[in-house]
Amino acid sequence: MAASEADVFDRLGRRLSAFGGWVDARFPMTKLIREHATEYYASKNFNFWYGFGVLATVVLVIQIVTGIFLTMNYKPSAAEAFASVEYIMRDVEWGWLIRYLHSTGASAFFIVVYLHMFRGLMYGSYKKPRELVWIIGMFIYLCLMAEAFFGYLLPWGNMSYWGAQVIVSLFGSIPWVGEGLAEWIRGDFYISDITLNRFFAFHVIAVPLLLLLLVVIHIMALHEVGSNNPDGIEIKEHKGADGKPIDGVAFHPYHTSKDMVIVVVFLIIFAAVVFFAPEMGGYFLEHANFDPANPLTTPEHIAPVWYFTPFYAILRAVPNKLLGVVLMGSAVLLPFFLPWLDRCRVKSIRYRSWIYKSALGIFAATFIALGYLGLQEATRIYHFAGLDITVVALAQVFTALYFAFFILMPYYSSIETTKPVPTRVTK
Amino acid sequence: MMRRVPFLIAAALWAAGAAAQHGAELEHANNNVDNTASLQRGARYFVNYCLGCHSAQYVRYNRLAEDLQLSEDQLLENLMFTGERPFDTMSIAMSPEDAARWFNAAPPDLSLIARSRGTDYLYTFLQSFYVDESSPTGVNNAVLEGTAMPHVLWELQGIQEAVYEPDPEHEGEEHMVLDLTTPGTLDAEEFDDVVRDIVNFLDYVGEPMQLERKRLGIRVIAFLGVLLVISLMLKREIWKDVE
Amino acid sequence: MTDSSGFTRRHFLTVATAVTAGAGAVATAVPFVASFKPSARAQALGAPVERDVSKLEPGAMIKAEWRGRAIFILRRTDAMLARLDDVADELEDPNSEVSDQQPDYAANSHRSIYPEYLVVEGVCTHLGCAPTPRFEVAPADLGADWPGGFFCPCHGSKFDLAGRVFKGVPAPYNLKVPPHRYVNPTTILIGADSGSS
Repeated sequence: MAASEADVFDRLGRRLSAFGGWVDARFPMTKLIREHATEYYASKNFNFWYGFGVLATVVLVIQIVTGIFLTMNYKPSAAEAFASVEYIMRDVEWGWLIRYLHSTGASAFFIVVYLHMFRGLMYGSYKKPRELVWIIGMFIYLCLMAEAFFGYLLPWGNMSYWGAQVIVSLFGSIPWVGEGLAEWIRGDFYISDITLNRFFAFHVIAVPLLLLLLVVIHIMALHEVGSNNPDGIEIKEHKGADGKPIDGVAFHPYHTSKDMVIVVVFLIIFAAVVFFAPEMGGYFLEHANFDPANPLTTPEHIAPVWYFTPFYAILRAVPNKLLGVVLMGSAVLLPFFLPWLDRCRVKSIRYRSWIYKSALGIFAATFIALGYLGLQEATRIYHFAGLDITVVALAQVFTALYFAFFILMPYYSSIETTKPVPTRVTK
Repeated sequence: MMRRVPFLIAAALWAAGAAAQHGAELEHANNNVDNTASLQRGARYFVNYCLGCHSAQYVRYNRLAEDLQLSEDQLLENLMFTGERPFDTMSIAMSPEDAARWFNAAPPDLSLIARSRGTDYLYTFLQSFYVDESSPTGVNNAVLEGTAMPHVLWELQGIQEAVYEPDPEHEGEEHMVLDLTTPGTLDAEEFDDVVRDIVNFLDYVGEPMQLERKRLGIRVIAFLGVLLVISLMLKREIWKDVE
Repeated sequence: MTDSSGFTRRHFLTVATAVTAGAGAVATAVPFVASFKPSARAQALGAPVERDVSKLEPGAMIKAEWRGRAIFILRRTDAMLARLDDVADELEDPNSEVSDQQPDYAANSHRSIYPEYLVVEGVCTHLGCAPTPRFEVAPADLGADWPGGFFCPCHGSKFDLAGRVFKGVPAPYNLKVPPHRYVNPTTILIGADSGSS
């Protein structure tokens, strides 16, 4: 580089830092960048399970951006909604791509979030001092389910209509207040144009704002105590001479560069679905939803979208409608209490006993099995070893296992013989 | 000349809840949306046999011409008979209320039928009409019991009758087989091709941009592959001193 | 590995990644920006419009609508056409030299394909109000010199019987002539010069 070129960069650098100084005197810009990026230390041994938080943020951005562009062309009225979606798919330039990004993103959000939560279960990320991070995260999960539920009515397809009909009528099962509550939610005596318009308002602005707020405080709560790691040890307990955790590396540039790779891998899988299998065999875009909503004709087989089916299976496992609702609600709420249900002092599954490893393995299999069962027709029967087993019977077994994971945890987690936890992180 | 089209009567087609269930076996359409000539033929059949009752309200003629590589003259000559202009959509004059009165059920719009029922269903449906004296139209359909749709392609296919035979796959049960008793103007293979062309057209109509989507997908993933390699090299370089 | 100018492998890879990712970001933005363009439906709705003028009396005007704009079709009498030359001195652009305001075939003294029919957008070139047709000569409110034409009520702009703007009024340009052609001598297609659409 010649001397004059060096001067140019030099002066540019000084101008930028002068500008930065002006901002810093009025806004904690450099302080925020230091605290949350360049001087936020996280463990150096993160594995791929630690990527799902970033991926969830990426999917959130995808949903918001594509959502904004969809809202420009979508009409939230019963008369026009279905046609407006086809308008986006056919008449709006690149509308089809924006739509598929949004529909794939919805399913991707749940895949990413379920894996993100599973990481928490494996490494004890919900334990002290991160209980609040976990609780806020559970609220994010609830908001996400609400967001998906409201959003699913918007295309006003036949599955949209009947899915909403079924879920709102669940509220109707609550004693005394149920019917009135269902009517209040719908704003009408049946799922109508009025319901569609208000669900639109929830989906487009109310819940997204709430989600954004929750995500911000989720990250703030995390940064206050520092991230966990696959070994479940607190890296802040061993600091070097410079005051930095010796097992940690700065978020930027170490974790940012690593996360970038993870994001690109995710985008490849995401693009493969968007461009080659956007319907995903009818799981991401359901076949019945290509028929417009018809109050007189129910689809042959109503099931909620795949990410709700574990809880739907639990609902259907109980012959009593109200009890089914109560059980389903409890299933969603039980994970809130994990920080207190789990009595084991050791955080990470790497140093816990076979008891927890089995329990968690069974829980994961149970969740997947319930999801599968929730997708089946309620009347389906399996023929196995000369026996006729109903979907409901199987769902009852797995529901029991689901609840056992949580309810028995105070007991089995307190009798574990754990391995010695290292003081320094391992590979 | 008998053409046997075996079907299993599906309990699921009637009502849910049977202890033993047989699925309705659908024939595979094996259509190829890449085959433009097939789509062109399918478009012509659609306009001639289907558009009288069924609209395709989300399809624009000019887009159709572009995707099927037809000139505007070819479009006007072959596909547009009722004075619409190329930028109009394939709508029909019959109102849904009138249709419901005349046919007992309004003929559904077909823009998305391939995405909602699937090409195999449509392919099998169009070949499964048979004579039924008890029906108002004189025909019934093995894939959709009690359908209000008449057998529009009867001249091409001929007339089929329902025959009950022992079911080779389920001992002690009978299944319905369709027998071609009166041949049409086309033989079985030719009719098969016609139906495949129509279904192919409906497949295209359900998602006109599907070919473009796949082409773009290859390029996007190739680009992301390159980005992956570069960002992975950067990550390793940054992390190389961390043990 | 450092060379004398201070560029390292790391620096190179950072720039390479940033450039590639940046290119990807731009490519991703393209569909979103393009989705703003008028959709196929907008283009269909904005397609040319046909109007039959066989019933139009000489001296009378009908309105059509194309792309949301009012289109005036005036059938001029011989007397009206004769008056066009009289006012040339009072006009801002008597020879239609501002090319944006009319297609080539309307850049003549009568600003139309056939002198008999005037086809203009009823949009005042000042701020967009619809000018009122005032074809009578020398009415009380417009003065003895008024030869007939269009008067915009919003801010008083005046246009003659060929839509040409007078000097000294707020409007700067002649009324715009839309692309149009005659399908047959009494049917005008507004919005296209050639072809059916």
